[in-house]
Amino acid sequence: MNVPLPMFVAIPLVAAFILPAFGKGLKSVATLLANLVVLCLLAMAVMSIGQSRVYEVGGWSIPLGISLVLDGLSVLLLTAIGVVSAAAMLFSTRYMEQYTAKPKYLSLFLLMVAGMNGVVLSGDIFNLYVFLEIASIASYALVGFGCEHEELEASFKYMVLGSVASAFVLFGVALVYANTGSLNMSQISQTIGQAGVNVGLAFALSLFVAGFGLKAALVPFHAWLPDAHPSAPAPISAMLSGVLIKALGVYALARLIFNVFGVSVPVGWVLIGLGVASMVIGVFLAVGQWDFKRLLAYHSISQMGYVVMGIGIGALILARGGNPLWASLAILGGLFHLVNHAVFKSLLFLTSGSVEMATGTRQLKQMGGLVERMPYTRTTCAVASASIAGVPPFNGFWSKLILVVAAVQGGFYVLAAVTVLVSLVTLLSFLKVQRYIFLGELPAQLEGTRDNGGSMLAAMAFLAVLCLAMSLLVLVPSLREAVLQPAVEVLVKGVSSPMAVVSR
Amino acid sequence: MAYALCFLLFMIGLYCAVVKKNMVKIVLGIMIMEYAVNLFLIMLGYVSGGVAPIIDRASYDAQTGTIATQFLSASVDPLPQALVLTSIVISLGSLALMISICIRTYSKYGTFDITEIRRLRG
Amino acid sequence: MSGMTVIVKTVSSWVKVLIFLFGIYIILFGHLTPGGGFAGGVILASSYVLLMLAFGKSLVQKNLPTLIASKLDCLGAFLFAVIGVLGLVFGGTFFANFLYQKYLPGQPFDLVSGGTIPLSNIAIGIKVGASLFLVIFALAAFRYDTAGPDESGTAGQKE
Repeated sequence: MNVPLPMFVAIPLVAAFILPAFGKGLKSVATLLANLVVLCLLAMAVMSIGQSRVYEVGGWSIPLGISLVLDGLSVLLLTAIGVVSAAAMLFSTRYMEQYTAKPKYLSLFLLMVAGMNGVVLSGDIFNLYVFLEIASIASYALVGFGCEHEELEASFKYMVLGSVASAFVLFGVALVYANTGSLNMSQISQTIGQAGVNVGLAFALSLFVAGFGLKAALVPFHAWLPDAHPSAPAPISAMLSGVLIKALGVYALARLIFNVFGVSVPVGWVLIGLGVASMVIGVFLAVGQWDFKRLLAYHSISQMGYVVMGIGIGALILARGGNPLWASLAILGGLFHLVNHAVFKSLLFLTSGSVEMATGTRQLKQMGGLVERMPYTRTTCAVASASIAGVPPFNGFWSKLILVVAAVQGGFYVLAAVTVLVSLVTLLSFLKVQRYIFLGELPAQLEGTRDNGGSMLAAMAFLAVLCLAMSLLVLVPSLREAVLQPAVEVLVKGVSSPMAVVSR
Repeated sequence: MAYALCFLLFMIGLYCAVVKKNMVKIVLGIMIMEYAVNLFLIMLGYVSGGVAPIIDRASYDAQTGTIATQFLSASVDPLPQALVLTSIVISLGSLALMISICIRTYSKYGTFDITEIRRLRG
Repeated sequence: MSGMTVIVKTVSSWVKVLIFLFGIYIILFGHLTPGGGFAGGVILASSYVLLMLAFGKSLVQKNLPTLIASKLDCLGAFLFAVIGVLGLVFGGTFFANFLYQKYLPGQPFDLVSGGTIPLSNIAIGIKVGASLFLVIFALAAFRYDTAGPDESGTAGQKE
C-alpha cells in the first residue's frame, strides 16, 4: 500500500511535540509511545521498498510548491534509519533510566529521526537545509544531554563546527538560487544540463562539499567527531555514528553531485581524495586509542572513507565515460558499506553502552576478562567486530570485497592496496578491543558485574542477527534486485534518473 | 558589488568563529556568519525601483482574479523573503541552544576561555 | 532578579497589555499585512519579558508558570500538525488548504479569507510566544552554581 510520504516526517514530529507534555509520572507511557512510533516508521519504510513516487505538499505543482521524492536511494536510507532508530530506542528504555528528564530525551530523539527522514525524502534544496538543521540542532542538544563537564565541552565543539557547516550549506543554496532561479532539484538539474556549470555554481559546489563533508566527518573536517560521539549517551552515539553522519553528510553529497550537478572528473578525484584520506588517517589514529568509545569514533571516520571512496570511484568512471558496469559496482560497494556500517557500528556503540553501564568505565586498560560475566554482550561484540574487520561470512567482508574488485577493475590499483591495508589495520584494532575487554584477567573491582538483559539484550541481538542476514542482500540476486539495485540505478543514471525529471 | 560586501561580512564572521578564544565571541562570530548569509539571500530578490510584494486592491481585479502586470514586473521577488524568515527562525533556535550551553559550561568550568576547557584530548 | 522603580512598574503594567494586543493583531492579520505567526509570537513573548524586567521573576512565575507555558508550547505545535493532517483527510494532500478550496473561501482582502492560513498563523503564534518566553525565562532566571545545576532538563529549547 502507498504510504503518503509526509507521514514519514509528520508522525515523529507530532509525537515529539506531544511527549514533553508528559510529566514524570507518565514516563512509561511516553517510552511506550516513542517505541511504537519508531516501529511504525520501520514498518512503513519496509513497505515502501521498490516504490518510486513524487508527492507534492499542499497540492501545489512543482515550480510553486515543495515536493517530497521517494526513490531507490531514499528507501534504502529510510530503512537504515528505521532499523537503527528502532534498536537504539529499544536500548534506551533501560539505559536512559540513569539520566533525568526522559520524556525530553525521547522528544529530541524523535525530532532527530524526523529531521533525518525529511533530509532523505526532500526534493527541494532549501527543504533539505531546513530538515538538516532540525536534525543537527536536536543532535547538539542530545550530545550534551548528561550535562557533565566533558559532555558540555564536546557539545559546544560539535555545535560550533556544525553551525559553520550549516552556514556554508545555506550560502551554497543561495548561490544555486541566484544562478538557476529555482529551488527544486529536478528543475535545477535541467537548468544545469542546458547551461553548464559557471563560476558561481562551481563555488556553490565547493561550499556544499565543505559543508556536507563537515557533517559527514571526512578528514579535513573531522575534528568534532572524536569528542562528540564518545560523550553522548550510548544509544545517541549509535544514532549519530550509525545514521546521522550518513543521512546528513554522505547522502546529501551524493544526491547533489550525482542527481543535481552532474559528475565531472575533478569532483570524482576530490571525492576519492577525501575518502582515502579519511580511511588512512582515521584508522591510524584509532589504533592508539585506549578509550573504547573514542576508538569506535575514529573507526567511524575511517569507514566513512570507504563509502566516499566507493562513490568517488563510481563518479570518476562515469565522468570519464568508462564502463558503467564498473561504476555501478563501485557505487554498489559504497552504498552497501553505508548500510552495513549503520548496522555494525550502531551495534558496537550499543555494546559499549552495555559494558559501560555494567562496569562503569570506558577505558580498555581497566577492563578485562569479562567473557565469563557478560556472555551475551561478548557474543554481540564479537559479531560486530568481525563485521567491521571484514571477516567472512559477515556483511562487512562482502562490501569491502566489492569495493576492492571495483577499484581493481577501474584501474586504481593503489586504492585497492590501500583498502586492503586499512582493513588489516582495522582487524588489528578490533583484536586489541576483544583481548582487552573480554579476554585476560578479571580485575578485582569488576568482580560483581552482571550482564544486562531484557530490552538492551533484545536490541543488540536484533542488530547482530541483521549483521549476518545482510550478507544475503548481496548474495541472493532477488533481494539485491529489490533493495540495492534501485539505489545504485538512481546514482548511476545521474541527471537523467526519474527523480531528476520534472513530472507532470 | 553589494554581494562582495556580503561575502566580506561572511569572512569576518568566519574569522571570529575560528580565531577568538572567548566562547561568547565564538557564538557571536557564528551569528554574524548566519546574518551575512541571510543578507545575501534577501538581496537576491531585489528589483531596482521595486515595490513590496503585497497585493493591494488597486492592482487586483476581483472580477477575473488577475493581478496587474505592472505590479508583477515592479514587485520584488518574494521567495527569498520566505526563505530568510525560515532561516532567521532556525538561527534563533541555534543561538538559544548555544548560549545555554555556554552558561552551563561556565557553571561547570568557571571560565569562558576555550583554551582552558580541554579535558578531552587524544 | 528583582524589579525596578515605581514609575517603571506603573507604566509597564499599562504598556504590556498594549504590546500583547499588538502581537495578537499581527498574528491575526498575518495573511493580509506583513508579519504572521512568528513575528506576532515574538511580540507576545516580549510583553512577558517587559513584565519580567519591571517586576522581577517571582511575579512572572505566578502570572504564567513555566509548566503552563510548556504545555501551551506543545499545544501550539500539535495544533499546527493537526491542521496539516486535516488537510490530508479533507483535501487530499498534506497541508492542502481545504477551507479555501471547499468550505469557506471568503472574499480577498477580508479577515476571513485565505483558508487555513490564519489558523496556522494562530497556532504558530501560540507556540512561538510560549517557547520564546520559556527560553528567555530559563536563560535569565535559573541559577546554576558551580557545584551543580539547580534545574535539570534540556540545555535549551528549540522553538
